[in-house]
Amino acid sequence: MLGEGILKGLAETARNFFLSYVSPERLTTVEYPEQRIAPIEAARVFPFLVYDGADWAAGLRCVSCQICEKECPPKCIYIEKSKDKKPDALGKPQFYPARFDIDISVCMSCQICVEVCPFEAIKMDTVYELSTTDRFGGLLLDRKQLAKPNAYYHEIHATEAAKVDARLAAEKAKADAKANAAAAAATGGV
Amino acid sequence: MITTLDQIFVLLQHWLVSFLPAGLQPAASVLLSVVVIICLFPALFALTTVFERKGLARIQNRLGPNRTGPFGFLQPIADGIKSLTKEDIVPSSADAAVHFLAPIVLVVAVFMGFAVLPMGRNMVLVDMDAGLLFFFAMGASTELSVFMAGWSSRNKYSLLGAMRAVAQMISYEVPLLMSSVAVVMITGSLSLTRIVEAQNQYTWGFPHWYIFTPWGLAGFVMYAIAATAETNRSPFDLPEGESELVAGYHTEYSGFKFALFFLGEYLAMFSISGVGTTLFLGGWSAPFSWLGWVPSWIWFFSKMFLSIFVFIWLRGTLPRLRQDQLMNFAWKFVLPLTLLNLMVTALWRFLGEGWERWVYCSAILLVAYVGMGLLGMRRGNLGPRRYRYAE
Repeated sequence: MLGEGILKGLAETARNFFLSYVSPERLTTVEYPEQRIAPIEAARVFPFLVYDGADWAAGLRCVSCQICEKECPPKCIYIEKSKDKKPDALGKPQFYPARFDIDISVCMSCQICVEVCPFEAIKMDTVYELSTTDRFGGLLLDRKQLAKPNAYYHEIHATEAAKVDARLAAEKAKADAKANAAAAAATGGV
Repeated sequence: MITTLDQIFVLLQHWLVSFLPAGLQPAASVLLSVVVIICLFPALFALTTVFERKGLARIQNRLGPNRTGPFGFLQPIADGIKSLTKEDIVPSSADAAVHFLAPIVLVVAVFMGFAVLPMGRNMVLVDMDAGLLFFFAMGASTELSVFMAGWSSRNKYSLLGAMRAVAQMISYEVPLLMSSVAVVMITGSLSLTRIVEAQNQYTWGFPHWYIFTPWGLAGFVMYAIAATAETNRSPFDLPEGESELVAGYHTEYSGFKFALFFLGEYLAMFSISGVGTTLFLGGWSAPFSWLGWVPSWIWFFSKMFLSIFVFIWLRGTLPRLRQDQLMNFAWKFVLPLTLLNLMVTALWRFLGEGWERWVYCSAILLVAYVGMGLLGMRRGNLGPRRYRYAE
């Protein structure tokens, strides 16, 4: 019958209207500044740089290969390669970023930098309250602001971080084995 | 005591005016009523916006505004300050004079409608013999301001919105008037006070409201549909469909002018609800004879707010129509039914007292509604639609 659907709809909205006063569990939103929804593991906002150990400058995994800079669709990453080298987590001498800036006013949170990074050095952060009174300087994050410990990565993306750590450990074990074998061969040869 | 309370505003006006010399009294009395109307309805508008936002929120299982003041009731003040302090931007290619005049014409035309609205016993600014005609004439002139706004902005969205608005308002003006004509036919008067008085009678404690007759109920439903379209409210809010046209004819308005458009829209809703109340819901008369002691203006305003609640409820329920559906609905469904309703009203008038007229009139209307509904649903222009590519 004509108009039946409208009546059904009106009944549904009336039910919502009255029951939302009776049963608060119907309410789908939270009162934001006071209440927050528990963080979702797959959430992503802007990238950050992972470092190992206690010193952020020494522990940065980034070797400034600049792949992310080239791949970034809106070109929000700016990297300056270092002149000298320093040992990375595997003990191999590598370049490091003398400058690593991300302009988060340009970043579109596409995660492509994370996908292309061969060194697991850049990951997505979940911090979203980044408003600032300075829209140029305040939104241009330098490498110090971007650097966050691996423990923090574990905190925000536990499953993903565990996988990454396992892979890095496997790579390190392989490299160590190779180094040991090479060392053994060298000693055997003598 | 009861009559004092009922007539309190009238007595207050007489008392205030009595301080003036006799020559000035008629003019002062009118001026006082005008000032009251101009202050009261924008205040109700402010209240309605916050109630609407809270009501819609509850319909969508949200809380709605609750930060500004107790339970968010100071929200309209914050909104008002915001719109008053915002920059008033006029597009450089706009027709500045017309662009400036459009919101003013709208608000003035809408306020004029309140002049003939009986808001309580003896509470009408101008008791015009052709009050209903005056009201609809004023309501129709809002179309002018809508088109002025759309045309002068020199913006494609504004113009499209204005075209839609004018097409829609003209289409729905016909059923709006036709459904009101039924009341005029029975009452024999265009005066809104006379229409209320005709309904202010009771049989066994029940009122003679026109909504309690078959033709009145049908007329009221069609009046409500046409009124929703006439005030550009959802589901007929195509002129300002924000997902299609930014904001329709008031896209290029900001600050106070935008606030005036917003005000005009809500005031039109109030006045059209008020006239609907007057025509079909007995205006200021009490719903039962034993409730006659409650002041008449309380009944008028509670009925008006009930209608506004239904407007909000509909807005929270129905999605927006498409332009062709809107036009089909007006010309192929509502208009034929209103014309039939006029015939039924005449039949009701000439069948005289008795049970026969109830049976005949209800049967004709019911058969017509069901028949047209079935026909429309079979043809697929009224019923649920299937999208070939979306399955």
